[in-house]
Amino acid sequence: MADIPLTQVRADYMAMTHRKRLYSGILLAVFVALMASGFVLADDRNAGGFWSGLHRIFDFPAEVLSEAAQKLPDLPAHIVKYAPSLIETINIAGASTLIGALFAMVLSMLATKGMARWPRLIPLFRRAMDITRAMPEIVVALVLIFVLGGGPVPAMIAIAFHTTGALGKLFSEVNENASLKPIEGLHSVGASWLQRMMLGVVPQVAPNYLSYALLRFEINIRASAILGFVGAGGIGYDLKNAMSWGKGQYDEAAAIFLLLFGTIVIVDQLSSVLRDRLTYGTRLEATL
Amino acid sequence: MTAATLKTQADALFLRKRLTAFALPLVILAYLGYIFVSFDIPGLAERANLENGKTLIRDSYSYKTHVTMDNRTHQVVYAVEGERKGTYPAGQHPDWVTENGAETVVDLSHGNSVRFSAGIIQFSGGDGYELTARPDNKGVNASFPSGDLPAWINASKNRVVVTLPDARLTITRNRSEVFRYAFGWELFFFTLDSPYHGMAFTDLISHAFSGEAGAIFSDFWGNAMWRHADVAWAMFETVLMAFLGTFGAALVALPLAFLAARNFTPLLTLRFAARRLFDFFRGVDALIWTIVLARAFGPGPLTGALAILITDTGSFGKMFSEALENVDGKQIEGVQSTGAKPLQRYRFGVIPQVTPVFLSQVLYFLESNTRSATIIGAITGGGIGLLLTQAIITQKDWEEVSYYIVLIIGMVMLMDWISGILRQKLIKG
Repeated sequence: MADIPLTQVRADYMAMTHRKRLYSGILLAVFVALMASGFVLADDRNAGGFWSGLHRIFDFPAEVLSEAAQKLPDLPAHIVKYAPSLIETINIAGASTLIGALFAMVLSMLATKGMARWPRLIPLFRRAMDITRAMPEIVVALVLIFVLGGGPVPAMIAIAFHTTGALGKLFSEVNENASLKPIEGLHSVGASWLQRMMLGVVPQVAPNYLSYALLRFEINIRASAILGFVGAGGIGYDLKNAMSWGKGQYDEAAAIFLLLFGTIVIVDQLSSVLRDRLTYGTRLEATL
Repeated sequence: MTAATLKTQADALFLRKRLTAFALPLVILAYLGYIFVSFDIPGLAERANLENGKTLIRDSYSYKTHVTMDNRTHQVVYAVEGERKGTYPAGQHPDWVTENGAETVVDLSHGNSVRFSAGIIQFSGGDGYELTARPDNKGVNASFPSGDLPAWINASKNRVVVTLPDARLTITRNRSEVFRYAFGWELFFFTLDSPYHGMAFTDLISHAFSGEAGAIFSDFWGNAMWRHADVAWAMFETVLMAFLGTFGAALVALPLAFLAARNFTPLLTLRFAARRLFDFFRGVDALIWTIVLARAFGPGPLTGALAILITDTGSFGKMFSEALENVDGKQIEGVQSTGAKPLQRYRFGVIPQVTPVFLSQVLYFLESNTRSATIIGAITGGGIGLLLTQAIITQKDWEEVSYYIVLIIGMVMLMDWISGILRQKLIKG
């Protein structure tokens, strides 16, 4: 090893550090400039300005809350009234997660090396998953509402469509980590493709699949509430109606807000406890 | 433990497994059955409008050219999709129309044709069916061959509709209109009033090189039918919403996440407050944030960006604080042993550990927020989501709807690809 004087090493090191700092400084400056100009641009294009609207953020929530507080005795009745819509929203999410997960399971297996039924078609199934994943739910929902009429079915199909792609990608990542030996073993005794998958793959991947599906269910509840807002039934639709009644009638909107918020928080907590249990076994740490 | 007890235990285990293996599909089936009933899927057939579906699919890959005659002035107008923006300039007409003085003959393919002449409409079908109408103030006055009307003709006193495989003829008292379908997205590049409409690609290139590139581009960009400039701007707005929302949320969540992490904030109440704040931001869904913010800021991209920002502050806060709780304490100790002050300990002991994790999560959200921005845009009115809902509400511009859908899918896939590349680059260093 050639002898390099310590001062030389030190100078080189400092030069490198400075260069690195300069690069990250430039990157940071570009990023900050982008963010700032982006906000200015978005502010220009908005109907109301940011600064003129800032103090009004709490006006609407305050209005809704004060009306709800005035008519507090009516609140339980409203909650009972909107419970069926809430159940519909949850059912849309549940059914679409279930259907999407079933399709995703099959598609992801067809798109994983070593498991695929037709190895040549792997790219095809991958692209299919990419496209379904890229499709925002609202696109499918709006088109289906035109054909099938309003109601929960278009929302269910739309969310299931996107879920297929989203879960399909996650499932194929799980599949890639699964051991292929059970499949080989089953193959050697003459098992069919379906048997190889059900007996060789599913037991390995089921906990991870379930964990991802739960996470998706959580997301899908939000999605189904949003789709209701554009006419696909459930609590979102009621919310839109309650909002359109205007001032003095916000107590029903408040009840719906409350139901939606409560549901999302409860499902969130439940699914995170369940997912923890699925990934770390039954050992449950007190979550705070 | 004897072998016998082990065997009974194993048997019980197998029995349980077998039961769950059979019960699970049954539970799923039962749930789907319940959904089938509660969503009234049998009643879907009545509610569904298959005619709408057919129009939608056909319009998405083909276009109509309308030939309209005013029954009083006898003036004939040709227009793509029947829109003013797609009207043929005077003296021009599609090549399946023949003009002989006052007579206009429209070839409707399959041997069908329609003859407009001075207020008289004659339809002759490929199978020899003849129909003549002389509309006036009192009615359409159509005369049909003797016998029952065929199923593809719908006639009343004031209206006659002839539906053909690729065309349709509608006669009312004031107007006679016939349109014919053709494959493709007409006028996608240039509208009829542009000199470049119908020009071959090679000719276009040579024109472009002879100094007309700017004119060609502005004719394409300002296309009144497809509004390329507006669409591009809307796409940019959607991406802008996603970008501002995602990175803004990351910036807000970063300091708050330290407050919510057990190893950085020993004070229980503070930690608890930060976590509940995250839960609140996430629990009040993007939908509700959008509604609340739209009341304050009005519709537009800023509202959408802020709705994403607030919701994702909750998500990022939770994820970041979990990542912070998993940092390796040894690195911080090592930095501390060199005499680093607290701020330096964070800078050199913590940040380098968590940056790749944070960035990868943020970039992952960027892609999914592009989709959310489309949805929020449809609700709050901004970006490509707004254009899409507008096109769907008119219920006739399905070719534009399919164009927007293709663009949205392309945009999301592009964002996915970019974020994937950046993730790999940043994580590997």
